[in-house]
Amino acid sequence: MIDLQTFNIIPVMPEIIMALMGMVLLIFAVSQGNKSYRIVSWYVVLTCITVGAILLRFPQGVSITFGGMFVTEPFAVFMKLLVLAGASLVLLMSITYMQREKIARFEYPILILFSTLGMMVMLSANDLISLYMGLELQSLPLYVLAAFNRDNLKSSEAGLKYFVLGALSSGLLLYGCSMVYGFAGTTNFIGLAEVFALEATPVAGVVVGLVFILVGLLFKISAVPFHMWSPDVYEGAPSSVTAFFAVVPKIAAIGLLIRVSMSAFGGIAEQWQQVLMLVAMGSMIVGSMAAIVQTNIKRLMAYSSIGHMGYALIGLTAASSAGVQGLLVYMMIYMFTTAGVFAIILLMVRKNMQVETIDDLAGLAQYKPLMALCMAVLMFSMAGIPPLAGFFGKLFVFQAAMAEGMYTLAIVGVLTSVIAAYYYLRIIKVMYFDSATEQLDNVEDSGSNFVMRASAFFAVVFITIAWPIVEAIHYAVDSLLFL
Amino acid sequence: MEQAFLIDYFPIFVFIMIAIGISTMAIIASWIVGRQKPDDEKTSPYECGFEPFEDARGKFDVRFYLVAILFIIFDLEVAFLFPWAVSLGSIGLFGFWSMVVFLAVLTIGFIYEWKKGALEWE
Repeated sequence: MIDLQTFNIIPVMPEIIMALMGMVLLIFAVSQGNKSYRIVSWYVVLTCITVGAILLRFPQGVSITFGGMFVTEPFAVFMKLLVLAGASLVLLMSITYMQREKIARFEYPILILFSTLGMMVMLSANDLISLYMGLELQSLPLYVLAAFNRDNLKSSEAGLKYFVLGALSSGLLLYGCSMVYGFAGTTNFIGLAEVFALEATPVAGVVVGLVFILVGLLFKISAVPFHMWSPDVYEGAPSSVTAFFAVVPKIAAIGLLIRVSMSAFGGIAEQWQQVLMLVAMGSMIVGSMAAIVQTNIKRLMAYSSIGHMGYALIGLTAASSAGVQGLLVYMMIYMFTTAGVFAIILLMVRKNMQVETIDDLAGLAQYKPLMALCMAVLMFSMAGIPPLAGFFGKLFVFQAAMAEGMYTLAIVGVLTSVIAAYYYLRIIKVMYFDSATEQLDNVEDSGSNFVMRASAFFAVVFITIAWPIVEAIHYAVDSLLFL
Repeated sequence: MEQAFLIDYFPIFVFIMIAIGISTMAIIASWIVGRQKPDDEKTSPYECGFEPFEDARGKFDVRFYLVAILFIIFDLEVAFLFPWAVSLGSIGLFGFWSMVVFLAVLTIGFIYEWKKGALEWE
């Protein structure tokens, strides 16, 4: 029983503030109607920044509350900061986009806020129950967001598809949780870690449960073979929602995956390493091969992100401190560069209509040199060409894999990144060497323009700021592994 | 240990056996006693009010669905309230305030749907 007097509310303060702001904004917006869309959006951005500032000043060290269900340590704080930054960036670039598309309803920023709140709960989950609660709180708003353009057939289809498959994966995850609870006797991560510290070879039931939990989480990051939904959902959902899908939930799901595998199931790492190794290889191969034939840039980004999840999972497969650090560096770079690419996709407007094929970028360098340059930098970064940011992410995860003797994984990673370079470079070729048939419009959208520039700037200067970032990540990972 | 574990489940086994027995008896008895005059309507599967085999994309008013989903929320609320009320003595102030917070959150949802006009039929 939890006593009200001794109940420690400090660790959950950021989440409580988020939830309260969400409810206040909901009531405010519903009384004002859709004309409050812009102001509500800005308030949500402001809330994200405020909560981020509170998190930055958080006490160091580990604090656990809600009867062991909720944990905060520098790792959770770091991941939450990434999630909040991602949500703010996506909101910044989508405020004007939603108005252009005439789907600017005030529910949009509020749903993003609630989804972000769910991700923060996920990242602090220290129990299978709170894990599930956070996961559902982040997923339900996402289903609605995918179908946000409800008069559009493709958007409705995307929402329904995502919902049905998401429900299936949640079911698998819950089944896995019940198996683990049945065989290990606890749902608490610290309790699970204690159980697995004692027994060297776990009973089969636990392994089955573990695999089901992994499947549920891998679905959320759209790793092969659970990636079927992502190209269709990415294509059908409104572009700003696609940007959100591609950037933010993946950070949260990876963070949760790290916590579940390294801290709760860390004692039986050999069991999940094989699974993750196959998934990582599959994701890298499918991500690089299938993207080659895409003509729609949103579908291309879907396959690109499948591939990136493959590279990121290399770091987790290594199951070492260096591997997790590499993974976090990778995710951070992935987040900032992907946000920039989507800002450019949002700016692809011709005759007041969003266009989204790669050929629409033809000759961009001739009439919009800055936009083409930003896109080129981001594409080079994603392809992993030094000295841009993306190179360092790949470097760290490959290094960690080599240190653990996983040569096959590293070799597949290098080979597929060469293949993937083809389609990133093709976009650059289209922009710089093809001639423009029709030009893109000049769009009044300072948010997207800002995100585009900031993200390209980040990709270029990462090499100079890499050291403090890696130090911070090192500190965050240490706090997780020596709990 | 194993034995005692299985014995715990023996009553369930008995129930399953009785259920299988009675349902088999009922089917066999209706075969023997009843007159068999099958026609299309009688042999088709029973489904409340709808034709069993027709296009699944039949239209119905979305408002039925809306009312049903709004009902479920408050149905669930009551489902939570009963165990809370029964155990209030042992869960203390923390338990009490947890439920109050839950009710407050539900109320905000309720205000939202009311203002949105989801409760108006026309």
